[in-house]
Amino acid sequence: MSGTFTKSMARNIFYGGSMFFVLLFLALTFDTMKVLPQRDNRANLTQAVINGKKIWETRNCIGCHTLLGEGAYFAPELGNVYTRRGPDFIKAWIMGQPTGTPGRRQMPQFNLTPQELDDLVAFLKYSSEINSAKWPPNIEG
Amino acid sequence: MQYKSQAVAKPYFIAAIGLFVGQILFGLIMGLQYVVGDFLFPAIPFNVARMVHTNLLIVWLLFGFMGAAYYLVPEETETELWSPKLALALFWIFLVAGALTIVGYLSLPYAKLAELTGNDLLATMGREFLEQPLITKIGIVIVALAFLFNITMTTLKGRKTSIVLVLLLGLWGLAVMFLFSFYNPHNLVLDKFYWWWVVHLWVEGVWELILGALLAFVLIKVTGVDREVIEKWLYVIITLTLITGIIGTGHHYFWIGTPEYWQWWGSIFSALEPIPFFAMTIFAFNMVNRRRRDHPNRAATLWALGTGVMAFLGAGVWGFLHTLAPVNYYTHGTQITAAHGHMSFYGAYAMVVLCIISYAMPVLRGRAANSNKAQVMEMWSFWLMTVSMVFITLFLTAAGVLQVWLQRYSQTPMPFMEAQDQISLFYWLREGAGVIFLIGLVVYIGSFFVKGESKAQTT
Ligand code: HEC
Ligand code: HEM
Ligand code: HEM
Ligand SMILES: [Fe+2]
Repeated sequence: MSGTFTKSMARNIFYGGSMFFVLLFLALTFDTMKVLPQRDNRANLTQAVINGKKIWETRNCIGCHTLLGEGAYFAPELGNVYTRRGPDFIKAWIMGQPTGTPGRRQMPQFNLTPQELDDLVAFLKYSSEINSAKWPPNIEG
Repeated sequence: MQYKSQAVAKPYFIAAIGLFVGQILFGLIMGLQYVVGDFLFPAIPFNVARMVHTNLLIVWLLFGFMGAAYYLVPEETETELWSPKLALALFWIFLVAGALTIVGYLSLPYAKLAELTGNDLLATMGREFLEQPLITKIGIVIVALAFLFNITMTTLKGRKTSIVLVLLLGLWGLAVMFLFSFYNPHNLVLDKFYWWWVVHLWVEGVWELILGALLAFVLIKVTGVDREVIEKWLYVIITLTLITGIIGTGHHYFWIGTPEYWQWWGSIFSALEPIPFFAMTIFAFNMVNRRRRDHPNRAATLWALGTGVMAFLGAGVWGFLHTLAPVNYYTHGTQITAAHGHMSFYGAYAMVVLCIISYAMPVLRGRAANSNKAQVMEMWSFWLMTVSMVFITLFLTAAGVLQVWLQRYSQTPMPFMEAQDQISLFYWLREGAGVIFLIGLVVYIGSFFVKGESKAQTT
């Protein structure tokens, strides 16, 4: 890389090239924002779901679980747990923690009220209905 | 040391190393919880240890970047830092705020911490890597802005080299992209979409500018190769970074509810992302081969070469492994991701910070290089940490392949917990490699206390 290709040419390509791809990315983002309403299940974004998301966040469930494949890899995927287990199992499960099984990975007790449990389940139901391009490959997540 | 004010870098480097130790201890706790599930439960649940592990990682890297900037900017711009006092004040503010946050994680239930720190005013917590309380996030922004102000003012009054401009661009980008951590819409898809503007556009965007600038600086110093040549390489590398990495964000938009055209954009552009990392490796080796002097600090040269190689392996090779949509369909959110996350973060960012520390710390302590004995010890620690990280990555990759096979790919998929049981051997091996890593880190710290003949100040 010597001869006619100078540093100032490299610099100009950097600024020009980066600018171009920033703009392309913004254009794709703009288009994504237009398409999302058909995919992101926002029609079912009820107050219960909104409350449930906040409970999800303030208990840091993502620190052990994945949700749509993102998060921690210590405990089962929960993006489809609503379809895998159903609402009653989920509530009973959360109330029953920790299992205390010696040597087995543990989930804490969060002392959620029945209302909070309903909201959390509403959030998990809403998440399971997002169009995630057929991911995960099977029900086990 | 050419400029008095460079000395403020020293506490930053020391803090970075201290927090690094904390990060590894919590990594080992989690590694054990992977196989002995109730270890330290309920005192330190896995999610708490994970927050501490990853947040300490980010914070020590930020300390490293800031220390690096305080060291590098005066030397490059050939002028004293605009305000060393501000730099020192920010150091204490950042350290205390960081420590309080970690204490908060460990001593309070997370929901309580959220309640106490204003999460009800603006909910930003509880998302991976962005778990910090609102007040900590605001603190980070204030510290970052004051820091940027300080080094920008320094640059404005001094010589403006390409290395400094690229470094500043990277650091400003870091601060600007972090602002997206304050945007947490109720809509989960939007939340995830913009969450990646922090995480991906950091590590595969603006941080790579910082990485390139630091590497270029050290290479100029240890090889004596002409600045024009090095800076031209730097521009080529960061051009490749941004033209692949920005659209490459799409490799996170395959399965989170975003339109399916991202499978094409994301796969194609992210498949090109290894190129800048490869260029970085070639760059480092090329410059060292063309060196015009034999710098007495051989350890720093080793770290520079190591950064090139390990960043390419961790980010380039292990990134490519799972970045094509048809592959990612099976590997998404498995131990394959963890394998890649570890080698890339270590190979690119941990190592570049250790590289600049290796170069700058002897100078800050009044010598061009440490004694031969100290350097040999440092190089031992290099190999211990780097080789054990390679093994951590290999064991996690094996665990990930089995996990995908049993739980995702099989005709009769196994439930998550059953599959985890099947692969516990590899988690034990990972933990063993992690212990060797810790030993490497202890040796590294030990190398700072080795005395002996030291080479005289050269530059
Ligand atoms: C400290 C880690 C941890 C945290 C935090 C955590 N979990 Fe869990 N969770 C687990 C583990 C481990 C399992 C599997 C345990 C087992 O099978 O014995 C699990 C299982 C589950 C299951 C059953 C999944 C299935 O398919 O059977 C549900 C539902 C669940 N968690 C929901 C939640 C929710 C909701 C939160 C946040 C309020 C949460 N978890 C927080 C560790 C955690
Ligand atoms: C040396 C011993 C270490 C051990 C035992 C260890 C263990 C772990 C564990 C168990 C996790 C959580 C994985 C999960 O979500 O299930 C984790 C996450 C993580 N660790 Fe480590 N770690 C170690 C060192 C390091 C080092 C040196 C780095 C980087 C410099 C690092 C960076 C990370 C990152 C970035 C994550 C998040 C990964 C992701 O989200 O995919 N760790 N670590
Ligand atoms: C130094 C640069 C890099 C670092 C520090 C890094 C780090 C990480 C981390 C920590 C994650 C996990 C995020 C999470 O917790 O969800 C991740 C995910 C990912 N990275 Fe990287 N990465 C780098 C470069 C690359 C490159 C160059 C590629 C592609 C060639 C790549 C491809 C991916 C993919 C596809 C995922 C998603 C994995 C999944 O679906 O679970 N990365 N990266
Ligand atoms: Fe990425």
